[in-house]
Amino acid sequence: MTECYIYDAVRTPRGKKRNGALNTVRPVWLGRTVLAALRDRNDLDTSLVDDVVFGCVEPVKEQGGNIARIAALYADYAQTVPGVQVNRFCASGLVATNMAAAAVMSGQADMTIGGGVESMSRVPMGSSRGPWATDPQVATHTRFVPQGISADLVATLYGFSRQDCDALAARSQARAAAAWADRRFDRSIVPVSDENGLAILRTDEHMRPGTTAESLGKLRASFAKMGAEYGFDDVALQRYPELERINHVHHAGNSSGIVDGAAAILVGSREAGERAGLKPRARIRGFADIGSEPTIMLTGPADASAKALKRAGLQASDIDLWEVNEAFSAVVLRFAQALSVSHDIINVNGGAIAMGHPLGATGAIILGTLLDEMERRDLTLGCATLCVGAGMGTATIIERVDA
Amino acid sequence: MSAPEIFSYDRDESGIVTLTMDMPGRSQNVWGQASIDAFSAVLDRLAGDDAATGVIVTSGKKDFLAGADLQAIRQMTIPGRSAEELAATSDALGAQLRRLETCGKPVVAAINGTALGGGFELCLACHRRIVVDSPRIQLGLPESGLGLLPGAGGTQRLPRLIGIRNSLMPLMEGKRLRPGKALKLGMVDEAVPADQLLDAARAWLATEPPATQPWDNKGFEPPGGDMSNPQNNSMMMVSAAMYTARTFGNYPAGAAILSCVSEGLRLPLDQALLVEQRYFVKLLLDPVARNMVRTLFLSMQEANKLARRPEGPARKAPKKIGVLGAGLMGAGIAYVAAKSGIEVVIIDRDEEQAAKAAAYATAREDKGIARRRSTPEKKAAILGRIHPTTDYSKLEGCDVVVEAVFEDRDVKAAVTKAADAVLGDDAVFGSNTSTLPITGLAEASSRPARFIGLHFFSPVERMPLVEVITGAQTDDATLAWALDFVQALGKTPIVVRDARGFYTSRVFGTYVTEGMVMLEEGITPALIENAGKRSGMPMPPLSLADQVGLTLMAQVGRQTRADLGDAAPANPSTPVLEKMVFALDRGGARGGRGFYDYSEQGKQLWPGLGEHWPRAAAQPSAEALVERFLLVQVLEAIRCVEEGVISDAGDVDVGAILGWGFAAYTGGPLSYVDTHGAAQVLARAEALTAELGDRFAPPALLREMAAAGSTFYPTE
Repeated sequence: MTECYIYDAVRTPRGKKRNGALNTVRPVWLGRTVLAALRDRNDLDTSLVDDVVFGCVEPVKEQGGNIARIAALYADYAQTVPGVQVNRFCASGLVATNMAAAAVMSGQADMTIGGGVESMSRVPMGSSRGPWATDPQVATHTRFVPQGISADLVATLYGFSRQDCDALAARSQARAAAAWADRRFDRSIVPVSDENGLAILRTDEHMRPGTTAESLGKLRASFAKMGAEYGFDDVALQRYPELERINHVHHAGNSSGIVDGAAAILVGSREAGERAGLKPRARIRGFADIGSEPTIMLTGPADASAKALKRAGLQASDIDLWEVNEAFSAVVLRFAQALSVSHDIINVNGGAIAMGHPLGATGAIILGTLLDEMERRDLTLGCATLCVGAGMGTATIIERVDA
Repeated sequence: MSAPEIFSYDRDESGIVTLTMDMPGRSQNVWGQASIDAFSAVLDRLAGDDAATGVIVTSGKKDFLAGADLQAIRQMTIPGRSAEELAATSDALGAQLRRLETCGKPVVAAINGTALGGGFELCLACHRRIVVDSPRIQLGLPESGLGLLPGAGGTQRLPRLIGIRNSLMPLMEGKRLRPGKALKLGMVDEAVPADQLLDAARAWLATEPPATQPWDNKGFEPPGGDMSNPQNNSMMMVSAAMYTARTFGNYPAGAAILSCVSEGLRLPLDQALLVEQRYFVKLLLDPVARNMVRTLFLSMQEANKLARRPEGPARKAPKKIGVLGAGLMGAGIAYVAAKSGIEVVIIDRDEEQAAKAAAYATAREDKGIARRRSTPEKKAAILGRIHPTTDYSKLEGCDVVVEAVFEDRDVKAAVTKAADAVLGDDAVFGSNTSTLPITGLAEASSRPARFIGLHFFSPVERMPLVEVITGAQTDDATLAWALDFVQALGKTPIVVRDARGFYTSRVFGTYVTEGMVMLEEGITPALIENAGKRSGMPMPPLSLADQVGLTLMAQVGRQTRADLGDAAPANPSTPVLEKMVFALDRGGARGGRGFYDYSEQGKQLWPGLGEHWPRAAAQPSAEALVERFLLVQVLEAIRCVEEGVISDAGDVDVGAILGWGFAAYTGGPLSYVDTHGAAQVLARAEALTAELGDRFAPPALLREMAAAGSTFYPTE
């Protein structure tokens, strides 16, 4: 097997959904931005790139029609560079990077780009909703419930209170604020500019520094009403009949932010990097995808990480630093509980609760964030993992390289 | 002279053809092989009739067309039919309705009476629907209530007519609607006085309307859009969830109906009708439909027609009855009787108590008026028939007296004697007791042949079942007149022989008991309750026990042991009941605390349960508990049959579903046995006996049936 290295990782700042700076920016522009940055920062001859793999979870309308290839063309990549869009829901950006790396590791490609794009303000969540939720046979057969109900189910089943969830959320905000203040994302952030080169957004604008658990405690639980009135709570309890009721604890303040953003990661073999004059930053040790119970939906990270670790011959305790996507507070709380990992080494620079989760891109964003922080702390092994709709999970393990 | 035809074909001078359906020798028009064939012939004639300019479809009977014929329905209950066979025959009606719809002439349905199921689907296939505005007329598609769907185009035409959103309730709930409501929903176009019906139909034809349905026109979109509209997809998501939440996957009809609409409204009608047929066949293949049709339609009809009535005695519709005791049950019985046009003398120990009957009726009628189901005139008439008194002499001339006083032998004996002194020789004396054997109570009567059990269920005006219990001395005439009385009340009787617990209480009790035994085994209380719901019982067992009252149950248990001594049957729930009531002082819902804590916010399982009945390390699956809940009742029902307590299979199943809400999707305890096969049920009973004890011991009757491969119901 060919070793695959990460050479560079970039991301746009994340624009918020309502009155956000990126509301006026087409998603194909976001894709172009990160691809152009990878090329320009690294003085890259794009004809060396064998494929561009982008995650995009609502690949319709402005994000439809294979945005990876179209963004590459728009970014003036060599026309020999193909592209493909993938969708494994919330993990798509990481899955895209894994697939890009797999092409290299299998010897079928030399250098590829993984990443993702999502403009949730322009192409909202649910735009491409398929049969899982809406086909009556499928929905009843699989006991579908919306992800918010699943998140509350995780909290109920594993014993996390409203206070626990709000505390984690407040911590995410504080860590993100500190990270930005300390300029820890400088290496990866690529500002989004307009046609005339004027900056539209330079920082993650979804953050609410100064958020406390107390201030979050005032928010109403978002999914209680739908759970009660639309039957979703009862459907969930049909899968988990040992529970008397669902304790609804999640709300906008302790769930991931709905935002716009894009990311791209340049990966390749040792030789390809040398050919391009690039220094490897980390090696991809391995990755894994799993399926898990779809009604509770969000418990995948522990299983996916365990699978990746096992294949890599590692244990959870070997990992120095973790990024676990903050889809909902309870997801991270359960992960830490399941693998006995300390919160001191999870999402140390904040997460999607503070900064937002642009669905197709997040997987690549957190991998870049992980790598940046591993370099800052001089750590060796890191793992990025995300929960995924319909009960899946993805995890990727990276190992820093001394060039 | 030729035989009278099912459809008459009358063309007038202006070319309007009036098709009048009037099946000879029947009180109702129904769809079956003969009527579908006759309809096809009429359509052939219409196709060749160049002078025809328009068509009116109406009925020569009181009702328009109320569904399928019994033969067709009985066919549906026979197991073992293949998908091929069903697919080849199930669209017979639908094909003719499509022909009507596309015959090239405008067709108006002049709906002079009730149109349900296939009858209403006929109306939907017409280009216009005009109904007589009468409160006695019912319109709708009730197939879902029998585990089926309207398979002659109903799932496709209704949403195209009134929109997806508005069609879901009528399709899924199968409610019978009055003309006013149907008009509001758009299911009919006009509601007119009876004497204007045909004129209105002709007037519409005179406007020279198009002879095509909107959905056969290019560019058609139903109101609210079709399934390409994202809002309709979201609605499907919610509808599917609410349906799953309600039915636990036990009733496939709802999901099939949703899928017919969801899938069909992405296609042109002819293709959509193919989809509908596939789901219709799927339901016909499913035992749920077979079982529900048999029990909730055929057996219930038999019971309502008093199939168990002894033939000799002449029918007697009671004109005046007496009720002894104006408590909850007595007041309810009085109300129902008065509503049915019967004069009611209601007696209690003082005027104030007796007047409670009037208060009960008043409250119910006021609610009814608020919901526009009753009127002040009706209320006055009903109250005018209720005569509260303390004077037993007022019982003179009563056809029936129902005793509904305390469950106390002495009190019952006293009122029995007081009534007997006044009653005529033919007056039937019925006791509403739920626990005391009839034969023993009859000893207090001077006319024991006229003594019978009439076990009503609460709330009386809503619960359709009456358990009629014959004592050792009850004679045929009494049984016959008691059944006449139940029929006059509009209720469904089952006939049971006297034994402790009769049929319903005895079998139902095993469900509640099983829940308490599970608690004692250390099964998580929430799991017990959720499994109870999943099994299809209307309430989970611990919650139900709280409602019935733990104190009451514990006291009944102690009374039984006092009465019978060593002969008392072992009751596995005794340890839990004794502890809850006498050690922990948790008597049930009424006292605010039982297995649950009750407050204004609602109820919650008492956290202390885990302390007194520690959780077992290994918990069973919900499915395992469901099997226990159903099987423990099924086996007890079989014992009742074996002991001669109840002999008619239909009564067993109807009584279970109507009496205590036994899982309707099974068709009832005996249908459950037929569905799984006696051999399979025997094997499970033996396995559970070994694991859990003798309450699962298979009765000899079950062993015999398993050995012979026989069934409770006919299989062809």
